[in-house]
Amino acid sequence: MKDAFGTPQSLLVLGGTSEIGLATARRLVARRTRTVWLAGRPSPALEKAAAALRDLGADTRTVAFDALDPDAHEEILGKVFAEGDIDMVLLAFGVLGDQARDEAEPRAAVRVAQTNYTGAVSAGLVCARALQHQGHGSLVVLSSVAGERARRANFIYGSSKAGLDAFAQGLGDALHGTGVHVMVVRPGFVRSKMTAGRKDAPLATTPDVVARAVEVGLRRRQEVVWVPGTLRVVMSALRHVPRGVFRRLPV
Amino acid sequence: MSADAVDPVDSVDPVVPVTGWGRTAPTSARLVRPRSTEEAVAAVRACAEPGRRGGIARGLGRAYGDAAQNAGGDVLDMTRLDRIHAIDADAGTVHCDAGVSLHRLMQVLLPLGWFVPVTPGTRQVTVGGAIGADIHGKNHHVSGAFARHVNSFELLTADGEIRTVLPGTDLFDATAGGMGLTGVVLTATIRLQRVETSSMTVDTERAADLDDLMARLTATDHRYRYSVAWIDLLARGAAMGRAVLTRGDHAPLDALPARARRDPLAFRPRHLPAAPSFLPEGLLGRRSVGLFNELWFRKAPRFRTGEIQKLATFFHPLDGVPHWNRVYGPGGFVQYQFVVGHGQEETLRRVVARISERRCPSFLAVLKRFGDADPGWLSFPVPGWTLALDIPANLPGLGAFLDELDALVAAADGRVYLAKDSRLRPGLLAAMYPRLDDFRELRARLDPHGVFRSDLSRRLAL
Repeated sequence: MKDAFGTPQSLLVLGGTSEIGLATARRLVARRTRTVWLAGRPSPALEKAAAALRDLGADTRTVAFDALDPDAHEEILGKVFAEGDIDMVLLAFGVLGDQARDEAEPRAAVRVAQTNYTGAVSAGLVCARALQHQGHGSLVVLSSVAGERARRANFIYGSSKAGLDAFAQGLGDALHGTGVHVMVVRPGFVRSKMTAGRKDAPLATTPDVVARAVEVGLRRRQEVVWVPGTLRVVMSALRHVPRGVFRRLPV
Repeated sequence: MSADAVDPVDSVDPVVPVTGWGRTAPTSARLVRPRSTEEAVAAVRACAEPGRRGGIARGLGRAYGDAAQNAGGDVLDMTRLDRIHAIDADAGTVHCDAGVSLHRLMQVLLPLGWFVPVTPGTRQVTVGGAIGADIHGKNHHVSGAFARHVNSFELLTADGEIRTVLPGTDLFDATAGGMGLTGVVLTATIRLQRVETSSMTVDTERAADLDDLMARLTATDHRYRYSVAWIDLLARGAAMGRAVLTRGDHAPLDALPARARRDPLAFRPRHLPAAPSFLPEGLLGRRSVGLFNELWFRKAPRFRTGEIQKLATFFHPLDGVPHWNRVYGPGGFVQYQFVVGHGQEETLRRVVARISERRCPSFLAVLKRFGDADPGWLSFPVPGWTLALDIPANLPGLGAFLDELDALVAAADGRVYLAKDSRLRPGLLAAMYPRLDDFRELRARLDPHGVFRSDLSRRLAL
């Protein structure tokens, strides 16, 4: 069960090698979390991440999960929930893709969309139903500021996150009053292996800062969390910039 | 809600979000409202069906944490079982349903010259809840906790049977303070306290600091039936732990002014309009609470004896503002109450110092000296000092801070109160409650399939 501060005792990370996901898990394990499930494609990195969490004292298990195989989601996640209540699901998987290549190879673009959007819709709905059956729990969805307004530089990734963001907000409204809490997290540019080699965008942040924002958001039962918080104001302004001007902005 | 339904299992019981009085950690449950013993039995049998997530009895929802919540399962609202079956006005006992509130008992019993044996800081608790949490009041140093005044109760257990439970049995001691996890209390017979009037004679005095406070309580508590101290946890330095002691007893008839003597047992508590539901967060910050505490301390007389107060003013000032828990805003609040034994005054000092250094905005903090321990296996009181305080749940870092206090309390063989808990680290429970293994063993025997479950029992693996 979550405590009065929204800190979970059990956690399921979808995308078990996600740096933000693992930073959040480490932070929550330091507080109350005792059971962690890392769901991801089987790999040495996934096992290494699990071992690191075990060293922190959490009973950590891995489960083979592929966002691109939605047919299997119900069975795989059903087994996890059958082992005991999950207080928090962190939907952390996603790929950035390569905008130039993806524009040239539509099949590659489809993979981005299928991972970030279709896969998340499937896993999100499966988890939402299980949480609703429990009568409690948080579904934390990692969205992105890139979904707030599509940019020339990464609109394929951005549009997949826009879809995910809209989906998660709607799901949160659907689950309002059921005891299940859905929180959309919109980080800006996060320095991680996913963005390695790219130039920092303004207001760049780190996985640990996102993890802290998630913990605070759980405590406040927030529905949307911006990281850093100032992005809320910045994006609110950018959203209203006319198309012709926005196109020319160096963002 | 289907008021006309006969069988609660067949009727459509609403699934609603449920929280404790602190309004943190909401979870949803099917709310079943039995109106008779038969309906209660049917409800418990339904909870036991495979695939269901169990059930827990709930009274008026005054437990601060998650004791009367059951995520995804059933919550049995017992407040419709509210009949007073018999009053023995000579011997001073009452036999009533578990859903009867102490408020109702006072309304009925005071005109007959009787008072409940133990009352907490609110009248809005049920008899069932009073047994389940084995509540204590300002008279604990004299009278002990609630269950000591219970002659017997009927318990609906996991097998759907009703047992009569007598003091001195394992089932009685597991149920007193057992947070509803042994079964559903249906009725109880309670021994009452004789009173001549519905007024109190109250002595008030100020204590300059924590040591002064403890010295005064130790020296003179035995002279009073009721004793409690409001403590200013924001005061620092030499004034740390300054307090206002209010102690008293039921007023005898001849202590009342002539006019009041015409109707000495009148009980007509008044209340203000309820706190509105839209109050924002942050009303109770350091500044406002600091100001309140300063005024509260200054307005208290340095020393006054024999003041006549209304019973509700003395015992239940907060009942004067319905829904007062809303003043903490939508984020809710946490109540932290612990006890440390005599000889552990140094721990109490350290905890008060930590709270004062950290500037926790708490305006409802009370210190009390407990009497003998109660027989309930999970009953909270042990002889020593108990401190209770309210803190807004959104205070940054509060979780880790309270964990630090837990460590101090546990190291001193103290414990925290489960009826108020919403955040204890489960690993500390066994150290705080030495009879926990007996409790778990009895539950495993009596309720092998876990029919009675609550968010509290899941969180702490009770």
